[in-house]
Amino acid sequence: MEATGAPVEESIKAIAKPLDIELLELEDWTCCGSSPFSGVNKVKAVGITARVLAQAEKTGLDLVTPCSSCYTILREADDLIKDDHKLAEKVREALYAVGLSYNGTVKVRHIIEVIYHDIGPDNLALKVVRPLTGLKVACYHGCQQVRPDYGLDDSELPDWIDSLAKSLGAEPVNFPLKARCCGSSLVISESDLALDLIHKLLQNALDNGAQCMISTTCPLCHTALDAYQMLVNSKFKAGFNMPIIAITQLIGIALGLDFKAAALGGNIISPKKLLDPYFKAKPLAAKVESVTS
Amino acid sequence: MEKNGHATFLDEVASIPACDKINECIQCGVCSGSCTTAEHWEHPPRKVIAMVRAGMKDELLKSNSVWFCVSCYLCTARCPRDIKPANIMHGLESIALREGYKPPTSTTTMYRTFADSIVQYGRVYEFGMMFTYFLKTNPLAALRMLPMALSLLTHRRMPLTPKKVKGKDELNTILNKLASGGGR
Repeated sequence: MEATGAPVEESIKAIAKPLDIELLELEDWTCCGSSPFSGVNKVKAVGITARVLAQAEKTGLDLVTPCSSCYTILREADDLIKDDHKLAEKVREALYAVGLSYNGTVKVRHIIEVIYHDIGPDNLALKVVRPLTGLKVACYHGCQQVRPDYGLDDSELPDWIDSLAKSLGAEPVNFPLKARCCGSSLVISESDLALDLIHKLLQNALDNGAQCMISTTCPLCHTALDAYQMLVNSKFKAGFNMPIIAITQLIGIALGLDFKAAALGGNIISPKKLLDPYFKAKPLAAKVESVTS
Repeated sequence: MEKNGHATFLDEVASIPACDKINECIQCGVCSGSCTTAEHWEHPPRKVIAMVRAGMKDELLKSNSVWFCVSCYLCTARCPRDIKPANIMHGLESIALREGYKPPTSTTTMYRTFADSIVQYGRVYEFGMMFTYFLKTNPLAALRMLPMALSLLTHRRMPLTPKKVKGKDELNTILNKLASGGGR
């Protein structure tokens, strides 16, 4: 999140205040292990995820993550600790050794779900001062965010990001591959396979008339589509130059943040030219007063 | 008798957390039909499950199958028996790694490098992980990644030094405790 995922992280921090969301970074957090740790040792994988859950439980707050892999892994570990008594006992002893315990009270949430449910497209629309009218977007939800058992939205054709983008004035195009995988977990070791998947997503968005892709907040998806686009171009002799804008960046723009404040400077495919007309237009008055005004 | 005291390969797989429903598979093939990368698997997901149940351990774990799982969970979303094929694939990866199988993919090295990075730093140190991975596999393959890595660097998305996380010692105590308690 703090390295390749920096633009997404900064954009979430930037919109939290105008959206009345109070974010506290989990102190001294460690990695959830993602899928590779499960492929090395599942018991240990649940153990390291349990440390994050135990740390979060001490705060008494919901544990929110923008990463779809963290989300799935954290939810799964939480369930396994509750359902698999043998495993739970091992994990309990290991946590006890470092003075921690986990009692299963943490609510793990995805930031998209927080924005969609706790704020909602209708309320979001009231805060828009820079409507993105006419912007044709393909809304990429990615895989793990919408898959069971923890999936938000429909697992085949989700539309939460479409609804949020619509509430900002943008025009979501038909995008059949919106919940297909970007292959980011194998982009280093099986690059050709992953580049093939990224290529399909970009082509599908382009064929449907999208000017840019609005991605989920998963830093893996965002980086695969944004940073690896140049490798797709070399492999397929293609000329893709499609900005990949995280939904939280798009919200920032619509709420009136400038290019830098919406954390767009870190995007490899710059959305500057595409968004310039919107940044140049005079902002409207918001229909409701935001907390910052 | 398999290693780790399990009577069969099937028992060994079913003992891994989140893999216990493998016996409920009805071999319908929805997993293979849904799999994002099935065309690359020597034995596609449905067959992988059949091979586990038939005890064909060596043949399965020597192949590239399971290592092409991209964790997209489409199989798991659609499985009518809710056996969670994606979790079974990762469970099989862990058996292959532990028992020293050498499937024809460098994803094995990538997974180990990724996990080592977490153990060493508490969080994944992306630059260091990629450096070690390419050094251990094919340094020439890193050339292809170079323009992209430089671009991440200039956009301040690829710090060259790892972050120091206090929790890493705690994390290692937890891991050691789980290793000594028979965890795998």
